[in-house]
Amino acid sequence: MQYKAPLETYTGRLKEVTIGSGRKAVRIGGQNILPLHYFEGAAANRCVVALEVDDNGAAGWAGHVAGPFRDVVNDPLKWAKRCMEMGADLVCLHLEGTDPQGSNKPAAEAAALVKEITGGLDAPLVVYGCGDDKKDIEVLTAVAEACKGDNLLIGPVVKENYEAIARAVAENGHCIIAQTPIDINLEKELNVKLLKQLPPEKIVIDPLSSALGYGMEYSFTIMERSRQVGVVYGDMAMQMPIIADLGRECWKINQARADAEQGMLWESITAISLLLAGADILVLRHPDNCRLLKEAIEGKL
Amino acid sequence: MAIKGTEIVKRLPEGGKKNCKECGLPTCFAFAMKLASGGIAVEKCPYISPEVSRELEDALAPPIRPVTIGRGACALVVGDETVLYRHEKTFVHQPGIGVLIADDELGEVVEDKIRKLRELHFSWVGKTLRADLLALQYKSGDPAKYGAMVKKALTAADCPLMLICEDTDTLLNAHALCEGRKPVLYPVTAQNLEKVISAVKQNPAVVAVKGAGVESLVHLTSRLKEAGIEDVLLDPGSKDLQSAVRDQTLIRRAALKQGFRALGYPTVAFPCFMTADKRREMLLAAMFIPKYAAVIVLSDIDEHTLLPLLVQRLNIYTDPRIPMAMEEKVYPINNPNAGSPVLITTNWALTYFIVASEVEASKVPAWLCVKESGGLGVLTAWAAGKFSGDNIAPFIRKCGVEGMVNHRRLVIPGKVARIRNELSEALPDWQIIVGPGDANEIPAYLPALVKSWKG
Repeated sequence: MQYKAPLETYTGRLKEVTIGSGRKAVRIGGQNILPLHYFEGAAANRCVVALEVDDNGAAGWAGHVAGPFRDVVNDPLKWAKRCMEMGADLVCLHLEGTDPQGSNKPAAEAAALVKEITGGLDAPLVVYGCGDDKKDIEVLTAVAEACKGDNLLIGPVVKENYEAIARAVAENGHCIIAQTPIDINLEKELNVKLLKQLPPEKIVIDPLSSALGYGMEYSFTIMERSRQVGVVYGDMAMQMPIIADLGRECWKINQARADAEQGMLWESITAISLLLAGADILVLRHPDNCRLLKEAIEGKL
Repeated sequence: MAIKGTEIVKRLPEGGKKNCKECGLPTCFAFAMKLASGGIAVEKCPYISPEVSRELEDALAPPIRPVTIGRGACALVVGDETVLYRHEKTFVHQPGIGVLIADDELGEVVEDKIRKLRELHFSWVGKTLRADLLALQYKSGDPAKYGAMVKKALTAADCPLMLICEDTDTLLNAHALCEGRKPVLYPVTAQNLEKVISAVKQNPAVVAVKGAGVESLVHLTSRLKEAGIEDVLLDPGSKDLQSAVRDQTLIRRAALKQGFRALGYPTVAFPCFMTADKRREMLLAAMFIPKYAAVIVLSDIDEHTLLPLLVQRLNIYTDPRIPMAMEEKVYPINNPNAGSPVLITTNWALTYFIVASEVEASKVPAWLCVKESGGLGVLTAWAAGKFSGDNIAPFIRKCGVEGMVNHRRLVIPGKVARIRNELSEALPDWQIIVGPGDANEIPAYLPALVKSWKG
């Protein structure tokens, strides 16, 4: 029996999205291969790893994950710089403090903070609102305006609030995170709506990342299918890169909070699973896992 | 590659027109259709020629052969997978997780590893998770020592065994000790292939072939098949994560998409030999779970590192066509008492996890009633008629919650606010309270609710 390696090539290619501007920009997407299939073609860009920063002093973070940042958690800019020193490709700021059910910080304060960070940080920035779809309109619009031209990646936008935020994002030259609740049809529907306001090179998909044991298989399969639809079947409305905001999901569960080593694995195993499924940005909390995942991505593991 | 009934019928006696009925079916065509669907054995046809019979058996065999390691209740079945991606159907046989024990390790380390393999287990969504096999490695240079360790493992545990030994005589001596246990023999290469074949013909074992790259495995498995040995595992010898993704993908594709028989076997992976660092090892193991390995050998296991890997294995091998469902019952959260609030939701595992974790985060002790609803979320269960007043009421009566609390106040999900009236009618002694529409509002909602009762 003669063996012939079953290599495949694909017609679809992901859109390339640039986050940040000038020297400190990073690019994601652009590849026409399946995740980690470097044996079937070169990838324009590989997955990048972001570390998470919040504006709420790491409230609710377990001690063993907040540890490396203990002295800087009340200064988001210093915290963001520490993330970069510890090997992150970019920083993901969560505006937890704007949550109306929490400290309910005003939009202007959040926008000023983001401006301060982009001004002082030599790296691109992802900005997540608190997830309250009404408050996020206010906050994310203010952030987009305050940071005009910085080309942030801003989100999440959902079907209830995408229009106003997408307008501000488009007018001020940023990229947007389209978030849908683990459903490939809703994901495509939101992409199609957003494409009326923004070019595909400005959109990143967030199909929601669930932690290992808490629905991870759904996120895994949605990402895997999204990537197949985009790359194998060439569906233009599904060719945006994917962000997996998984660190916070992993570290909030009991199994991760109860034991440091178990927490590290909860995050890294969720991350490698979603990397294999097709993530282009992994958002993590622990810097050791950031280094580990970068080894996997760069072919050093 | 699956073969169609219409193809099979042409190969039957007299071109499928004999219709002797001796197989018990009315026509050759019916027999062919039944063969194609796996409902009858080829030898039921008394007139089929041996060549055609062999050919058909080959064509009808599963594209990735199922392989059983070990014996009895602990036996591990791997392989028989039919898809590259779980969403195409489902992955079927979870990979076996092995623990490596070298014969130069201290006696107490060896015993501890055997103990951990036997005893470590976890409950997760009503399932028991545990590791599966012991991998015994010859490293000491003293065959007697290796033999003694193999004997110890044989008596201490009934689990499947893998013998890892580069010295052929020592490997085959250990294999002889394992008579009746059907261990895995590794590594089998061109050097020891013939000796292994004659030993395995005497005393069944699973042959794990090792090559340098995918293609190098082909002549090994072809020779084994020629010798009638098909309980085979493949190790392409991948050195790192990305070449492992490549090799595993190529093997799976060759078997499923090309119908390439020589690679139609489950694979074995050794994160334990790829790195000396525990976290890196676990990350490699976690890559091998979605990327097709059927047996994964780790250098060691412990409570905290094993659980996440077993949960990942469960997640990836869960059938995506069947929603994960929780057992119907009342779940206590944060140590509730008779005065604590009672909430109700559906039994989709994801719904339960989200609601339970938000209740937990609220720090309010509460009783969470999980009603059987076909593994659906709240709205879909309501739409399917599985979460409505007339079926929630009997559940509340029989689930025992009425004996657990001294009040009659029930919080229902805000998404089904519309069932409030029908539920009030069905449960006249209960006050029905409409809770938040989104679980993430629970941490703010519950403390306020409890406070309002006290005030």
